[in-house]
Amino acid sequence: MRCSKCKVDAKVSEAPDGDGGMSTHKDSPAAVQANGVSKIFGDGSDKVVALDDVSVTIKQNEFFTLLGPSGCGKTTLLRLIAGFDHPNNGNILLEGDDISGLPPYQRQVNTVFQNYALFPHMTVAGNIAFGLEMLDKPKAEIDATVSNMLKLVRMEELRDRQTSQISGGQQQRVALARALAPHPKVLLLDEPLSALDLKLRKEMQIELKRLQNETGITFVFVTHDQEEALTMSDRIAVMSDGKILQIGSPREIYDHPAERFVANFIGETNFLAAELMSAKNKAGKIKLSSGKTIAATLPDDHAANGKVTAVVRPEHARIVKPGVSAALEGRLDNIVYFGTDTHYHVKLGAEDNFIVRMQNARDDAGKFSTGSKVGIAIDSNAAQVLRD
Amino acid sequence: MTVIAAQDSPQNIARPAAEIAAEAERRDIRNRWLLSLPAIIVITTCAAGPLLIVLVYSFLTPGDYGNVKWIFSLDAWVNVVLQRDIFDDTLQWADAHLSIFWRSFKLSSMTTILTMIFGIPTAYFIATRTPKRRDLWLFLITIPFWTNLLVRTIAVMEMIRNEGVINNLLMWTGIIDRPIQMMFTDFAIAFGMTYVYLPLMVLPVYASIEKLDFRLVEAGYDLYASRWRCLRRVILPLVKPGIIAGSILVFIPSLGAYVTPRVLGGGKNLMFGNLIELQFGQGRNWPLGSALSITLMIFVMIALIYYVRVSGGERKHHG
Repeated sequence: MRCSKCKVDAKVSEAPDGDGGMSTHKDSPAAVQANGVSKIFGDGSDKVVALDDVSVTIKQNEFFTLLGPSGCGKTTLLRLIAGFDHPNNGNILLEGDDISGLPPYQRQVNTVFQNYALFPHMTVAGNIAFGLEMLDKPKAEIDATVSNMLKLVRMEELRDRQTSQISGGQQQRVALARALAPHPKVLLLDEPLSALDLKLRKEMQIELKRLQNETGITFVFVTHDQEEALTMSDRIAVMSDGKILQIGSPREIYDHPAERFVANFIGETNFLAAELMSAKNKAGKIKLSSGKTIAATLPDDHAANGKVTAVVRPEHARIVKPGVSAALEGRLDNIVYFGTDTHYHVKLGAEDNFIVRMQNARDDAGKFSTGSKVGIAIDSNAAQVLRD
Repeated sequence: MTVIAAQDSPQNIARPAAEIAAEAERRDIRNRWLLSLPAIIVITTCAAGPLLIVLVYSFLTPGDYGNVKWIFSLDAWVNVVLQRDIFDDTLQWADAHLSIFWRSFKLSSMTTILTMIFGIPTAYFIATRTPKRRDLWLFLITIPFWTNLLVRTIAVMEMIRNEGVINNLLMWTGIIDRPIQMMFTDFAIAFGMTYVYLPLMVLPVYASIEKLDFRLVEAGYDLYASRWRCLRRVILPLVKPGIIAGSILVFIPSLGAYVTPRVLGGGKNLMFGNLIELQFGQGRNWPLGSALSITLMIFVMIALIYYVRVSGGERKHHG
């Protein structure tokens, strides 16, 4: 069932530019490759550097997420790949071919827009058929693909509705079907879930993952929502101020943030001043303010021995009685109960705070009380040294 | 309202609520009529009244020195399209009238198409400027509106007459050695009307292009539509309401245009408006003039209904 659908779609994809289509499959180059791409908007005093010498390689069949706060350049990068804007420097390759100079309509890349941008003068089916019609596909093929797409996004009954007569979640599905129908090499998604309410958003996250699995198309997803990025992506690129700070799997990004911004932007974290004592490849030993030495993971190009900042996730530490097992000691300032877990706020020094998040067991109420002196044990290899 | 009614007379308190509500409603209706009275008076005396007079006159007999005799006659209506042979009294098609109808329709259509050709790109150009620039361009487009129609028409004449700007320029550059006869032709009328009515096309089209969500155009490009196909499949369908409004605003006054054909077309290229004017002037046939006026109105209504059909039925064609 799944495979036959893919085959139908695969046939659709071959036509737009026949040359080079075959050769790309043999050595299987990256789906998208950006080489030293810069984009500057305006000039003189209004100059805004949206992208600053960005290089990134997105693999075939990958769910790749560009994550960052608004204004970090993630949407600009997406628009450069789509062809709506052109880079001032650098080039962009699509499956090995330089597409920097091509207009959007000559790139085998489709976009799901933030506001969906469905054509209001066409029906649901008319919207989905549009891309195929523009590629001059035969009518029978268009009809078949539109039906397939409607089935894929589970919208068969709404085929002949006007796009203004369907709900936001349904519009989202139509936008997806419309962008997938011409079977692009890469699907770009520009914060497609931001307009949906929480419940629908969760549903669509699963839906998107399913669509990506079923179609085998490379997805490039833009979001500012770290949770969305962590749950859906194969790899994440964290962006800030027009630069990519770190690229890695969700687990790498979360457990081993390389920079302060990444550690701060994704999840809660504790920052610790420490001293790097010894380093061997990526494993090192750091001395904490308490005088204790613990093992830590180092970033790729870490600083030399000396003062460093280490981060420890709140759930990678435990509150213990002060003593040998405690890496740090402090005064328990506050206990916040969250149902499934409890957050312990520990005051280490005059200004330093440390938050520990522990899962609640059946009977541990009253084990520690605010104001008491406690120790913090850090899980082995939970400490990560930052690059700065 | 019920509160006010209750204050008027204390015994109201004893009355059933339904009665009070009914009185309040009567009062409401009376106030509504009173407030809309000025508008009703203006509409009846300035629009409906004269129209009724024209309708009645079209069924009367022409007076000897203009005006009408109060004798019922269908002659005026017969004469709109037919004429009685002066020798054998047989009825024939009034070729002169029919050719004037045809010319009016042809020239108005040409004017509408020409204003579209020049107006839509102009409107697109203005709508895609920065807001500050837009205001300047719109201002420039509306400047001719401040000038008297006759003066503008004479300005056009100055351009196209035999010793006018265009002919002088062409002769000076040596492209032609004799002036091209442009005055007193259908071309002159279409040219003049296009110039005069261009803003009526530009403004509504501009308004709808300005409202156009350009992300939809990007979506079109993204889905493999070239510039031309994006224009045809995305932009034009979305700005169509503006184009239809502009076409109505241009076509209808063109059909009844009077000054421009008179000045630029000379005596021999009459249009509908001139024919009507002739009946009330030299022709001294007020009933025929009235019947022609109403015929024109019917034509306009047919054109309007056609436009509404075209714009309303469009939705069903997609998908």
